[in-house]
Amino acid sequence: MPVEIVTGNHAAGYTLAVAGEANRNARGATCGIYPITPQTEIVEKVAAFPFTKGRVVPVESEHSAMGVVIGASLGGARAFTASSSNGLAYMVENIMVAGFYRLPVVMVAVNRTLGPPWNIWSDQGDTLMLRDFPWIQLYCSDNQEVSDLTLMAFRLAEDHRILLPVLVSMDAFIVSHTQQETNLPSQELADQFLPELDLPQRMRHDDPKTLGGMVWPDTTTTLRMEAHEAMLRVPEVYEECRQAFRDVFDRDPGAPIETFHTDDAETILVASATVATTARDVVRRRRASGEKVGLVKMRMFRPFPEEALRTACASASRVGVLDRDYAAGLGGVWWQDTRAAFQGHREDLVIQDYLLGIGGGDVTPETVDRVLDDLGTREKAGPPEWADIRREEVLA
Amino acid sequence: MSTVIEEGGMPEGTGILTSIPQIPLTEECILRPGNTNCGGCGMSIGLTMLGRALAEANDTAMLAVPACCGAVTAGAFPTTSYGAPTVNTTFASAPAVAAGLAAVRDMNDESGQVIVWAGDGGTYDIGMASLSAAAERNERIIYICYDNEIYGNTGGQRSSATPPGARTTTTPEGKAEEKKDIIGIMAAHGIPYAASLSMAHPADFRRKLQNAFDTDGMSFLLIHSPCPTGWKSEPADSVELVRLAVRSGLFPLYEVFEGKRWRINDEPDGTDPVEYFKRQKRFKVEHLDLDGIRRGCAQRFARLKKLAEVFPG
Repeated sequence: MPVEIVTGNHAAGYTLAVAGEANRNARGATCGIYPITPQTEIVEKVAAFPFTKGRVVPVESEHSAMGVVIGASLGGARAFTASSSNGLAYMVENIMVAGFYRLPVVMVAVNRTLGPPWNIWSDQGDTLMLRDFPWIQLYCSDNQEVSDLTLMAFRLAEDHRILLPVLVSMDAFIVSHTQQETNLPSQELADQFLPELDLPQRMRHDDPKTLGGMVWPDTTTTLRMEAHEAMLRVPEVYEECRQAFRDVFDRDPGAPIETFHTDDAETILVASATVATTARDVVRRRRASGEKVGLVKMRMFRPFPEEALRTACASASRVGVLDRDYAAGLGGVWWQDTRAAFQGHREDLVIQDYLLGIGGGDVTPETVDRVLDDLGTREKAGPPEWADIRREEVLA
Repeated sequence: MSTVIEEGGMPEGTGILTSIPQIPLTEECILRPGNTNCGGCGMSIGLTMLGRALAEANDTAMLAVPACCGAVTAGAFPTTSYGAPTVNTTFASAPAVAAGLAAVRDMNDESGQVIVWAGDGGTYDIGMASLSAAAERNERIIYICYDNEIYGNTGGQRSSATPPGARTTTTPEGKAEEKKDIIGIMAAHGIPYAASLSMAHPADFRRKLQNAFDTDGMSFLLIHSPCPTGWKSEPADSVELVRLAVRSGLFPLYEVFEGKRWRINDEPDGTDPVEYFKRQKRFKVEHLDLDGIRRGCAQRFARLKKLAEVFPG
């Protein structure tokens, strides 16, 4: 398929639909849809797609959108949806259920600030709130990544060693509504890349089972352990999917974490999504002037790629985590997990949190410069820094 | 495979079967023997009757069960009392999950019913939005509400299906509000079929299930479902109680087709509602506005009768 100039939402909606269509010779595709800014264009795209064997169910809420996805997946269909912000919050109960039922469904989320007060701009607080459920989480920086990782998500989710739902996230407007050149998958190549879905726990008349009835604590714990073990298998299976993707599409969808000038870096920034793109430009410029700075772009948040992160930061003495999110009473979510990844491994490492771009604030190169200036002088980490607000100006 | 279910086969007042309905011998049934449900549980009787109807129709079903007594009916893993593929859904999601299952069934040209089996809490209260939406989309599902007029699974709290005067743990002095007219609400969606069912009228019950099986689109069935634990009644009185509710006009038996045509299936016979109330300790008869209740029954039935006359089904 030729390269097209499309928005991130278009890339997501089209790729979800093509992935669903790729299951037409098996049990088809089903999608529960409900609008919310800024993801609405995704479900509009899916609703307009001429599925051979597919049904798009326009429901009355996000909670029911995921309900339809759960039912369709249990029926053996490839099932997916999209949401954002308060819509995800409303959907939470069923998001959890899809994870606990180990359903290989895919959801594209457009990261939008949770309200009130209402704010439609980018902030990762919505998807990071889902961090404790058995969902794989991937974060995208551009439209190509949105399309590629959406397709990867299905193959990864449906692998029988995994059987976990996957969330693919992008920044509100900065990606969702920005047009970029994007190499969208043709149906033919999507068919090649995605095997037909074969769900082991599909509901069947010839083998009646009760799903989700009462269990004792030891069974509950066993199920949690099994989900955890599936999570631990993700890096290996992801690499297989990545290789298969390269074979079919002749391009790399990217590793769980991507490193930039980290080999000899003394100071490393950890960032995700479009903040990582801005940070990469700053790091490139400061490298050119001889500073030993580097960047780790986090593409995967769950399972948290601890080992890869430790390896990437082996030479560093200082790590600054850029969080476009805030967990009340503690600090940034990426920072918490980064700290945990190094605990017991690198007690010498300064791991400082920078809260920026909250509520969709523009994360500029100047902000990242200020972060690096601050980080470079630190002998030890302090409490999370609100890196870009001018509260006095806001309140004035 | 023959079944004998005679109208009136259960003698009034005794709760004892004299002519025992033959339960068809099948390899599998929806509600397996050995479940731990309460004695006299209307929901369990309803499930058994549903199982018989499916067996007679040579049909199958998948069940979507939200939080309710039907969810604990399965018992503890790895055993289950359900002989049909069953999924436990979140409290408000059964219609949405059923819609997903039905979509895949239909895309793949498969047979079998997709049935929601839900209590009144999941229907009248928390599930109202997803139920209304499934009805508006006319999903090819059968929604069965076994209405025991209480949050039974949590120990007996009021729902919007609890009748006025009934004492629950959250209305210790008796509920002040009316019960929602759920069939009116569902019929107003214009779904192909909505009906009230009583297990004291098994032939009518069976016929209505068959109507639902044969309906292309959404059916809503309301079963008046005695709960001896919550109603503080004798388990052996369960069937008799719902019979009294029909005869007194408290729970009229009727059908609504496409929200446009009405059919009454049984006329009240003049039985005083007090006969129903006095056999349940959830009611304090001396605190009930009996005249008001009698007037309400008469008005409700008169209205239904007028609808059935002007717009016959």
